[in-house]
Amino acid sequence: MSKKIGDVILDLQNISLRFGGVKALTDISFDVREHEIRAIIGPNGAGKSSMLNVINGVYQPQEGVIIFRGQERKKMEPHHAATQGIARTFQNIALFKGMSVLDNIMTGRITRMKASFVEHALWLGRARREELEHRKKVEEVIDFLEIQHIRRTPVGRLPYGLQKRVELGRALAAEPSMLLLDEPMAGMNVEEKQDMCRFILDVNDQFGTTIVLIEHDMGVVMDISDRVVVLDYGKKIGDGLPDDVKNNPDVITAYLGVSH
Amino acid sequence: MSFGTPKGAVEELQTFPRLLFHHAKARGDAPAIREKDLGIWQTWSWADVAERVRALASGLAALGFKRGDNLAIIGDNRPHLYMMMSAAQCLGGVPVPLYQDAVADEMLFVLKDAAIRFAAVEDQEQVDKLLEVRDRAPLLEHIVYDDPRGMRHYNQPFLHDIHALMEMGRIHNRNHPDFLDEEVAQGWSDDVSVMLYTSGTTGQPKGVCQTHAAFIAAARGGMQIDGLDASGGILSYLPMAWVGDHLFSFAQALVAGFTINCPESTDTVTTDLREIGPTYYFAPPRVFESLLTSIMIRMEDASALKRKLFHYFLGVAKRCGVDLLDGKPVSLADRLLYALGNLLVYGPLRNVLGMSHIRVAYTAGAAIGPDLFRFYRSIGINLKQFYGQTETCAYVCLQPDRAIKFDSVGPPAPGVEVKIADNGEVLVKGPMLLKEYYQRPEATAESIDADGYFMTGDAGFLDQDGHLKIIDRAKDVGKLANGAMFAPNYIENKLKFFQYIKEAVCFGHDRAMVCAFINIDVGAVGNWAERRNIAYSGYTDLASKPEVHELIRDCVEQVNAALTQDAMVAASQIHRFLILHKELDPDDDELTRTRKVRRNFVAKKYQVLIDALYGGKATQFIETEVKFEDGRRGTVAADLKIVDARTFPAARQAA
Repeated sequence: MSKKIGDVILDLQNISLRFGGVKALTDISFDVREHEIRAIIGPNGAGKSSMLNVINGVYQPQEGVIIFRGQERKKMEPHHAATQGIARTFQNIALFKGMSVLDNIMTGRITRMKASFVEHALWLGRARREELEHRKKVEEVIDFLEIQHIRRTPVGRLPYGLQKRVELGRALAAEPSMLLLDEPMAGMNVEEKQDMCRFILDVNDQFGTTIVLIEHDMGVVMDISDRVVVLDYGKKIGDGLPDDVKNNPDVITAYLGVSH
Repeated sequence: MSFGTPKGAVEELQTFPRLLFHHAKARGDAPAIREKDLGIWQTWSWADVAERVRALASGLAALGFKRGDNLAIIGDNRPHLYMMMSAAQCLGGVPVPLYQDAVADEMLFVLKDAAIRFAAVEDQEQVDKLLEVRDRAPLLEHIVYDDPRGMRHYNQPFLHDIHALMEMGRIHNRNHPDFLDEEVAQGWSDDVSVMLYTSGTTGQPKGVCQTHAAFIAAARGGMQIDGLDASGGILSYLPMAWVGDHLFSFAQALVAGFTINCPESTDTVTTDLREIGPTYYFAPPRVFESLLTSIMIRMEDASALKRKLFHYFLGVAKRCGVDLLDGKPVSLADRLLYALGNLLVYGPLRNVLGMSHIRVAYTAGAAIGPDLFRFYRSIGINLKQFYGQTETCAYVCLQPDRAIKFDSVGPPAPGVEVKIADNGEVLVKGPMLLKEYYQRPEATAESIDADGYFMTGDAGFLDQDGHLKIIDRAKDVGKLANGAMFAPNYIENKLKFFQYIKEAVCFGHDRAMVCAFINIDVGAVGNWAERRNIAYSGYTDLASKPEVHELIRDCVEQVNAALTQDAMVAASQIHRFLILHKELDPDDDELTRTRKVRRNFVAKKYQVLIDALYGGKATQFIETEVKFEDGRRGTVAADLKIVDARTFPAARQAA
């Protein structure tokens, strides 16, 4: 592999997040470099999803600084993150069940649509041109994820593994520079996991997309990520290359428990 | 172009490259190949195809491909792979298509046997397979791939992107503008045009060498019978390594000049079929069967009114549809009813099947159930059967329009002679016979007798109208212990005509009675089980349900009852059977790649089950190793229940 990992594009400094008296994240700092696959791991309730939600603006941390592409940001909404090129998938699939795969992936293009609501409603020139252009992009995503055969199928009728793939497709349709994946392989069988791994690696490799992912399957994490950060009870207990993290005594304790 | 042919007289065009360049010149704008890419059907005209073939051939020549070289072709039906076939032929080389789902070790056999130096493959998956065996196939020099996806980090110098090869060829073509025309002009009708490996029901696969003349003769004969012309098209979705695809999608398309349509992916064939609406269609019986099964399953879920309408008009079609298609007299009332049914049911049904424009549809490769066959014909689809093998360009018998007999494969096709040997074996002779088996003179000599007849290995007879009826493989026809004829295929086919039974293997040679292994059809039986609220987790679990045993027993007993109708086979009634715990699978060597049962292999592998069937046991434990698609192995174990079926006394030859 001749992958080029670039400079830091996302720097999280001393992030703390509280919900009332519950400390979800305490003083966490780590960074993400351009083009890398960065994994966040940790036991249940460690604060992994909260961390992802902080990155794309769903939660506002009470303390800490987030610097994305050199810009420190104060308050941010999820749609700002989307327009800045951050896309994500969810732990529990969040698709429109009654809509076709095609339409679901098309919604990933919404931030890039410029024609006004009226133009779209009347199917005027600009709207039509735009729609064709977006459809082309969506078809490329469909081709990339090898889901041509379910293009017209309502998402609700698909098996779980394929729904996950469609959700990845919707995130990809936004042509993100950074992709946040919340447990992309949860609940999958071995074959589906292998497929998903391949797609994640291909996205990273072909489009140079930076990927931040949360995953429980240690085998997967160690295989595909460039660097791993480990959380436990809202605190960072490890950060580094997969092999370093694997041998970190704190990490072993958090995962396997301590002998008393 | 300087081929010395008198102004494009098609009969003078004796090789496929000449035919290709003739179409490019005579009707360059007509569509030659369509492929669905990024959701839109893209069309290549004959002129486009000719330009690309010229570039590919020149590119191959620049890489060192020479007259007499063999070019392996591995992948799904992709336009560029068909073009690569033509490119190899332009240079006097021989394309050798391989089954794309074969594992690397199976490919290795052909790579070595055919002394392959060049391979054209579809994608990364196939490249990986070849790389896996490359050190054991030292002759392999160059691999050309069509789909660049995932290939970014493969930087071996012997790997070539097909577009790079075309560019290389275009430069070569500019520097040597006469080179390719001269190469094409050197090709002659007696040259080998393609090498197809037989699937190998017996022993190792053999490379069947067919000439341009043979395939062109077979193509012309078929066109003559069915009146095929340059209009319309075919959906090319069956393996390129199979003789039927080569005849329909390559030979006939080039001779007649119709369009071939490549599906978007193997999973989208049904949708693509509906979008393209081909005029000419081929599918093996199991495809027609699974289409019908899925229609019936979907109809059961339809509203009561639709269901009523559907069944009523199917009844009408059953009564008069086939006669209408055959041009036989039908009463006015039935004609009117049929017309109404056509509007309400058959037309929409044909549309859903993607068969609205079908002029002729063919099936072959295995026996097709008479009910299944009648169903398609009765709703106005001109479905017919043909008979042939790799060694005869799949061209021996064709059912002509209006003279269809359900249980025969039709009279010998134009130019073909059929003779029945004393032992009942079907012998054929004609221009479509193989030139030889590649580098197996002794096998060639064994298969063609002194009078020049090819021995098909099938047992059959010609009926009073000269139509050929095939009973079984000649070597499979055995005798029961009491001396009665035992034709296992004949019985298995009867079993397989039930939608619930996917595969069956019968035993009985030298034994007192016939016993059978059954594979259930998970789709059909699963749906049946769901309707009855029978929970199951997978094939093995479903196959072990007592209700399913009863269901299958009923099917077996119906077959037994049918067997009593014919004195020849009345003794072959099935006394005991079991439902196998796993599906027979080509990956486990139980089926050939064309999905025919390897009888002896199965018998040996499951000897313990056969012993249990004949030993009178009620159950038998078995554990079997299975290979998964990714090469891993696992085991399936089950306690199989053995079921006794009722048998019936033979029907009296009463008046």
